[in-house]
Amino acid sequence: MIPSIRQPRAFRIAYRAYVALFFLYLALPLTVVAVFAFNNSQFPSLPWKGFTLEWFFGDSRPMIGVFHERPILRALGNSGFIAVFVSALSVVVGTTNAFLFNRYEFRFKGLFYVLMLLPLVIPGIVLGISILVFSSTVANGVWDGIGYDIEALRPGLTLVILGQFSFITTIVTLVIAARLQKFDRTLEEAALNLGANRMTAVRTVTIPYLAPALIGGFVVAFLMSFENFNTTLMLVGSDAPLTIAMFDRLKEGSTPLLNAVSLLLMLGSTTLALVMVLFQRKS
Amino acid sequence: MRAGAKLGFFLLFAPLVLWLGLLIVIPHIDMFLVSIRERIGVAEYQTSLANYLTFFTEPLYLVTFLRTAMMSILATALTLVIGFPVSFYIAKIAKGRLQSALFLLTLVPFYVSELVRTFGWMILLRETGLFSTLLQWLGLADQPVEMLYNDVAMMVGLVYTSMLFMVVPLITTMESLDDSVIEAGYDLGGSGFSVMREIIIPHAMPGIVSGSIIVFMLSLGNYLTPTMLGGKDSLWFTELIYSQFIVRFNWELGAAFGFMLLFLSSLIVWGTLKLTGQTLEKTMG
Repeated sequence: MIPSIRQPRAFRIAYRAYVALFFLYLALPLTVVAVFAFNNSQFPSLPWKGFTLEWFFGDSRPMIGVFHERPILRALGNSGFIAVFVSALSVVVGTTNAFLFNRYEFRFKGLFYVLMLLPLVIPGIVLGISILVFSSTVANGVWDGIGYDIEALRPGLTLVILGQFSFITTIVTLVIAARLQKFDRTLEEAALNLGANRMTAVRTVTIPYLAPALIGGFVVAFLMSFENFNTTLMLVGSDAPLTIAMFDRLKEGSTPLLNAVSLLLMLGSTTLALVMVLFQRKS
Repeated sequence: MRAGAKLGFFLLFAPLVLWLGLLIVIPHIDMFLVSIRERIGVAEYQTSLANYLTFFTEPLYLVTFLRTAMMSILATALTLVIGFPVSFYIAKIAKGRLQSALFLLTLVPFYVSELVRTFGWMILLRETGLFSTLLQWLGLADQPVEMLYNDVAMMVGLVYTSMLFMVVPLITTMESLDDSVIEAGYDLGGSGFSVMREIIIPHAMPGIVSGSIIVFMLSLGNYLTPTMLGGKDSLWFTELIYSQFIVRFNWELGAAFGFMLLFLSSLIVWGTLKLTGQTLEKTMG
């Protein structure tokens, strides 16, 4: 089984073949999506009609490429906007959470810790509808009370940001808390001995130590926000992010334009993920 | 200093309470309140269990609910069975560069949006797709074969989509198993099967539990894969929730459905943790 235990040759070969097959299974769907982005045809399917870059750069019908397709570009902008807000918010709250659970003993700490983990085991669609229901209860209450309509509490960008933030924060908290746990607190005490006050000690010693986790948490949050579907679906308004816009198109039928967008997404997220992995390997 | 520590505590405590209170706890309470009210006129409601009654008496709803649960359990089991040998290979057999390369390769597909992954399977499986063309070219079929829009296609998609969340916890737990323990098992006369059953699987249990919980949750709450890959008979419970909320605008019934889904997932997560003697803090944190 492990290298030091001899196994029959046939078993070893079969095992390796299985692992190879597994990776083929992983790679296949992504490969076809990427390849058909270059097919000179209206449909992302065989027959292969030759190589083209029109689905990226084309500017006239019927082949309008990604870079000239306004709705897609706008959706990409929305996704970026949402993702930046969600990541920033969840890194801030994730950091305060990590410090709270690491540094303080308080009543019901265990209960709060379980509550903090809970968003991970609530289905995304249920998170979405509960926030939708609550925000419209509040909005309707305010409307009935003072006759003012709080636009931000109706489906749209704000609610999408809040919805994604509600569960991504848990993940970011775990990422940051894991690193904070390994921090040697005597370093902070040394700073205090050298005359720094607590705030300065945290700012100049602890935060730099946490930096890789803060950046890692930001990137993870960014990617999760960018590809989130379930929660977003329930909270989306007229300005749809990319996944929702692509979903709507896919329902109507697909052109290689979607392949081209997908390929760009793959390149973007893989680059981001690899950079993060290398960055964390180094530190 | 005492007062300062207290202030610091409250500054750190406030974001946690605001986040959990306003976005998790209160919304769920509110959703529950909506689910137990019944519309009796224009903007007039009364408290009743009518929505839950509808859920239990309308066969379509109940059947879809149970079917979704069973299919999610099946998807979880398949993911575990398919992913386990691969995780073991990466954790214990592959060494050095190959090990880290394989580990990265399992991660990469999942940084890509689920929509793209599903789209890939549509291109492969549909009537004009790659597999259909391949079968015809091989002479195994004489006309296009539609492999999309059925339960098998949906299952393939579900397993694919959640594989990472099974493989990563499995690799992490199995990496910590010392080779010498396995060797000792063999030295003491164990067979491959008994070593697997008595040493490796017990050691990997925390990983198996947390992987299974996450995969089950993701399958149960999935909307995209059943909608795009499943057929007319593969209705998923989340699709019912979506249609009550967005299409029919019956929030009361939709909220009741949401609660049933939440109840089911909590029950299964809790049951799994109890059965295996794990806790949420240990498996997730």
